[in-house]
Amino acid sequence: MLTSDSCLSLHKHGSSMASDSNSSESQRIAQQRLRIIAGHLQKHKDDDSGTIATECKAEANKGTVPRKRQEIMKWNGWGYSDSKFLFNKKGQAEFTGKRYRLSGMVLPSLQDWFENTFGASVNHKSPATPALNASAVPPASLNEAFVEDLKATGIPFSHEAEDRVFRAHGHCLHEIFALREGKKFERVPDMVVWPNCHNDVVKIVELACKHNVCLIPYGGGTSVTSALECPPEETRCIVSLDTSQMNRILWIDEKNLVAHVEAGIIGQDLERLLNESGYCTGHEPDSMEFSSLGGWVATRASGMKKNVYGNIEDLVIHIKVVTPRGVIEKSCQGPRMSTGPDIHHFILGSEGTLGVVTEVTMKIRPIPEYQKYGSVVFPNFEAGVACLREVAKQRCAPASIRLMDNEQFQFGHALKPQVSSIFTNFVEGLKKFYITKFKGFDPHQLVVATLLFEGDRERVLQHEKQVYDIAATFGGLAAGEDNGQRGYILTFVIAYLRDLGMDYYVVAESFETSVPWDRVLDLCRNVKERINRECKERGVQFQPLTSCRVTQTYDAGACVYFYFAFNYRGLADPVHTYERVEHAAREEILANGGSLSHHHGVGKLRKEWMKESISSLGVGMLQSVKDYVDPDNIFGNRNLL
Amino acid sequence: MASKTLYSQRDPMLKRDGFEDILEERRNSSDLKYALRCYAPVLYKGVTPCKANMLKNIVLQSDQLHYVINQVSQESGEAPDIIQEEASVILEEMAHRLQISTVRFFAFALSKAFKTLFQHVCVNEEGIQRLQQAIQEHPVVLLPSHRSYMDFLLMSYILYTYDLALPVIAAGMDFMGMKFVGEMLRMSGAFFIRRSFGGDKLYWAVFSEYVKTMLRNGFAPIEFFLEGTRSRTCKSLTPKLGLLNIVIEPFFKGEVFDVNLVPVSISYERILEESLYARELLGVPKPKESTSGLLKARRILSEDYGSIHVYFGQPVSVRSLAQGKVNRSTYNLFPRHIPRKPMEETQSFVNDTAYRIVRLQEDNMVLKPWVLMASLLLQNLEGLELSVLTEQTVWLRGLALSYAAFLDWPDHAPTAKVVSSSLALHRGLACVSGGRVSLVVGEPLGPVTPEEALFNRAVSVLSCASYRNQVLHVFLRPAMLAVAMHTAASSKKSEWPGLYNCFSFLWDMFSNDFILCPGDIVQDFEEACYLLVKTGAVQMPQQDIVMTDIGQPTLSFFNGLLEPFLQGYQVVCRYLCEEASEGLTEKQYIPAVRSFAVKLILAGNLRCYEVLSSDMQKNALAALLRMDAVRKVKVADQVTLIVNKMAVNSIDDILGGKLPTQKALLARL
Repeated sequence: MLTSDSCLSLHKHGSSMASDSNSSESQRIAQQRLRIIAGHLQKHKDDDSGTIATECKAEANKGTVPRKRQEIMKWNGWGYSDSKFLFNKKGQAEFTGKRYRLSGMVLPSLQDWFENTFGASVNHKSPATPALNASAVPPASLNEAFVEDLKATGIPFSHEAEDRVFRAHGHCLHEIFALREGKKFERVPDMVVWPNCHNDVVKIVELACKHNVCLIPYGGGTSVTSALECPPEETRCIVSLDTSQMNRILWIDEKNLVAHVEAGIIGQDLERLLNESGYCTGHEPDSMEFSSLGGWVATRASGMKKNVYGNIEDLVIHIKVVTPRGVIEKSCQGPRMSTGPDIHHFILGSEGTLGVVTEVTMKIRPIPEYQKYGSVVFPNFEAGVACLREVAKQRCAPASIRLMDNEQFQFGHALKPQVSSIFTNFVEGLKKFYITKFKGFDPHQLVVATLLFEGDRERVLQHEKQVYDIAATFGGLAAGEDNGQRGYILTFVIAYLRDLGMDYYVVAESFETSVPWDRVLDLCRNVKERINRECKERGVQFQPLTSCRVTQTYDAGACVYFYFAFNYRGLADPVHTYERVEHAAREEILANGGSLSHHHGVGKLRKEWMKESISSLGVGMLQSVKDYVDPDNIFGNRNLL
Repeated sequence: MASKTLYSQRDPMLKRDGFEDILEERRNSSDLKYALRCYAPVLYKGVTPCKANMLKNIVLQSDQLHYVINQVSQESGEAPDIIQEEASVILEEMAHRLQISTVRFFAFALSKAFKTLFQHVCVNEEGIQRLQQAIQEHPVVLLPSHRSYMDFLLMSYILYTYDLALPVIAAGMDFMGMKFVGEMLRMSGAFFIRRSFGGDKLYWAVFSEYVKTMLRNGFAPIEFFLEGTRSRTCKSLTPKLGLLNIVIEPFFKGEVFDVNLVPVSISYERILEESLYARELLGVPKPKESTSGLLKARRILSEDYGSIHVYFGQPVSVRSLAQGKVNRSTYNLFPRHIPRKPMEETQSFVNDTAYRIVRLQEDNMVLKPWVLMASLLLQNLEGLELSVLTEQTVWLRGLALSYAAFLDWPDHAPTAKVVSSSLALHRGLACVSGGRVSLVVGEPLGPVTPEEALFNRAVSVLSCASYRNQVLHVFLRPAMLAVAMHTAASSKKSEWPGLYNCFSFLWDMFSNDFILCPGDIVQDFEEACYLLVKTGAVQMPQQDIVMTDIGQPTLSFFNGLLEPFLQGYQVVCRYLCEEASEGLTEKQYIPAVRSFAVKLILAGNLRCYEVLSSDMQKNALAALLRMDAVRKVKVADQVTLIVNKMAVNSIDDILGGKLPTQKALLARL
């Protein structure tokens, strides 16, 4: 697996950005030495030596994401081009493609649910513009000197309209809506560069500083905070720095259970590659199919299994960042340090305003021996929240525990594929009868918690019993593995559903917050009510869908995730209406003791509340870091501050 | 009764609803059937009704109460379960036990009583519809005006009639004295609170948690009287904030999405307690509430008390009121179950809200023609020709209407008839003899002392004043400006900055007697100017406010309207300067002022009877305390009043028009 190459990027302590000719000479020598070491390592691979190293460049790109993302991904919607929901000629919903468990299946109850919930109709279509209209894209304004110097480095770049537009947006509703409508773009990146390794990034940042070019790092493009939008007032040439080709695991250290990984790697590749060696990170944000390691670091991401593995800030051991002032690194991999405020915390959540995360050392774990899904039905949301609170109190949360409200429970049911055997159908029916009739649960009140246990088999079963026992004291009834598993599969396809909605006059979005336990119920109720009110006041003609779920539990609170969708027929500017409602919902969240964001970040969408959230002094502290690290605002995406 | 629509002209947007007479149906169908009919009110978001006992459990198990119990236990050294027991006793004493059977009993009995006592009980049905809507959407707080014991029975009666959720009502503990009736009221939804429990943490915690629990669970609309007690004068009283704070807090803490406050204006054509109040104000203590006393009051059943109008105002959303005024996130950093003094921002919001609600109550008080006549009669204590009274009443009607008064003037009836039927209904207060209308003075039984005669006269003046008082809120602001114009200069011309000073002095001085929202002084001045200009009484060329040729009657009516207050306050000032001894205690103050005033009247030096009212005396003292002209000092168990004679004297001079405002203000400093 190891090949010798000049760009071996084993990491290098104390390396500084200013790589004059001397240092590149010493670099060369160092690399030569490392090659020899690597050779040793390879020889001893079968011994108890715990390090596996990989290197950069010449190796063929094994990542999922090609430079031309549009070759496999939608340019105006979520995910892969081959996977989408549609209503077929019989009016039945189906999910195309072969990639997912749900792929190729028919979902018989989705249409009814869709029409009844939104007052929409499969006969009223609002189709998207089929292809990108190149004339809607402003011409690239290139910094010629920069382009010249860049060419000399051999780093690939492009200024084709398609490439530029693809990197001008994330997945906010207004961004996707504009793409579908074929609206004219105000500002998109003028070019895209694809660095291949850390050193490429160093060169690009140097050149950007030299020629005063604005850089916007781009990882998986899954931002939902307008973080990737180009500031319209930016007059310099904007270069989108796409990290997708920096996607290698550079080494795995089995002794310390850490892996050193290039930050452009996307979640699914990282897991797949680690799995090949028997490991995982356990970091599974809902966007993990497309989002990148660097993006997780830059936004303080959270994965669904954080109860076992931790959130991104718990997972990283070391971060390497290229900034206009040089490279930020620590001198060791000590698992915890008392060396003043942790500089990693300037990087975590910096949202691309300080530099580019190029390499990350992160914790890994052996793949768990046993995994088991589960689900519990509660008579109402209050009981469910009380149960989650108790689970958190006893610190016995499974790898994942999520509580969906009644709206989401019903939605989940609408997504059940056609049942193949009569027997399963019969069992389902019995279960439903038992819960609603025998146990007296109101089908319009009941909620469901989905669970995922991991570990060795015995302990999982023990753990499972403990959680179900707690649930029982809150009136919870075990509702089977299938329901649980389906809940998690849906996580990945739900994003595709928004595109289906938009085909039929329905706009949808999600947003999240974190909130102390005692305020969870009040916050959920008030935010939903606020959304309903605002919709009414703003002339939305149909009852909106507001739904929430508690997706993470902590000692002192929980993360709450909201879905919000409405039928926009009859509205002149649905996106504007949507934005006003979301704005009001966020104000309601803040007034009810919720945070500005649990894991999505601030971007440009929520900047206005930063002062309120962290005080103006706090904003000043962040600003002074920005001013020191990036005085010329090279990383000019204007997020956060 | 034909529904009538009365328009306000002050604000063309302010359209008032028409009324329906709910007694009409009662007169035509069986009361028993009515009392036993199916009663199934809609509830807040369809909650299942919660039993009174369950409610008590929720309160006793709440974190809020536990926190205070532990706190009290630590402070007193008493074991927590003993304190818990105490809390449960308090709750037992306080809690209502709403029972539909009792409600049905009242529905039956009150139907009978109302039909004998009143001609009509009129309700704005649109208001009822709005209320019904509000009850389903948000916790509702009913805030009726308080003029009579009848008020809360009447409220429950109306809500029962319209199949609305019955309210739970905060009532003073004094009702509990009436053994049987107290329990009956409890079973019809009243809960009882002690009149004062200032320092009692536990009591406060039980009480506030009880109210909040009912509010949060949407158990029932909560009803209480912002004025705190029945107004003996028919003027609205300055609002008390305790309960309002309690019902608003769950909104600030995010425990409810919104709270709707519904002002309710209950206007009586004749108040049952009319002469009782006058006596009480004159120092005859009010009879202790007792069942036998209530039975004796049966005598009143034989009289005609005219009509009642109940107006359910537009529900006021606390959420919209607080928008931009209170930042709810300031509650984020403190546990919600720990009691905490409201922040300044919140306090001033609640205070402001309370005043606005009372003003909304005032706005929708229905005024009868007699109210106008009483205002005129009081300015002519020696009597008036009937024809003159009629003519002036018509004039005053026009003025009142153009000031947006909610006047219930019979349609299509000749004025003479309106006047005479008003006189007939109030024959206990005024009589016509030889074409002259004058106040009735209680017939003396045998020989009377001069003091007794004076006392009898004062009773009729104060009774009459309680009608005039009902219209004061309509005229108050322009009237204060009229007084300012009168005081500021004997000339016809005055510059407005000077007038404004004088106006604001009066505004400040009278802010215990009238509902003047804190901070609204400029707005009130502008409103006064606007109204006087609108009716042509003054013109405002640039910096001046000038009386017009036709302005004389209006301005002098206004001066006459406030004259008793100016005089009354002056008498108080004079007493404090001339007569008050060192070490005058607060307790002695009222009787002392009263006997000082009696002396003055008997000597023929004073013709103002209203100063004999303890209400005015208290308000005057409160004003002087507020202006630092008088200070309270606590010596041992006594509260003594220390008078700054110079300051009081100069206030007296300004009120008498002897001293310009500016100078007086300086003197105070």
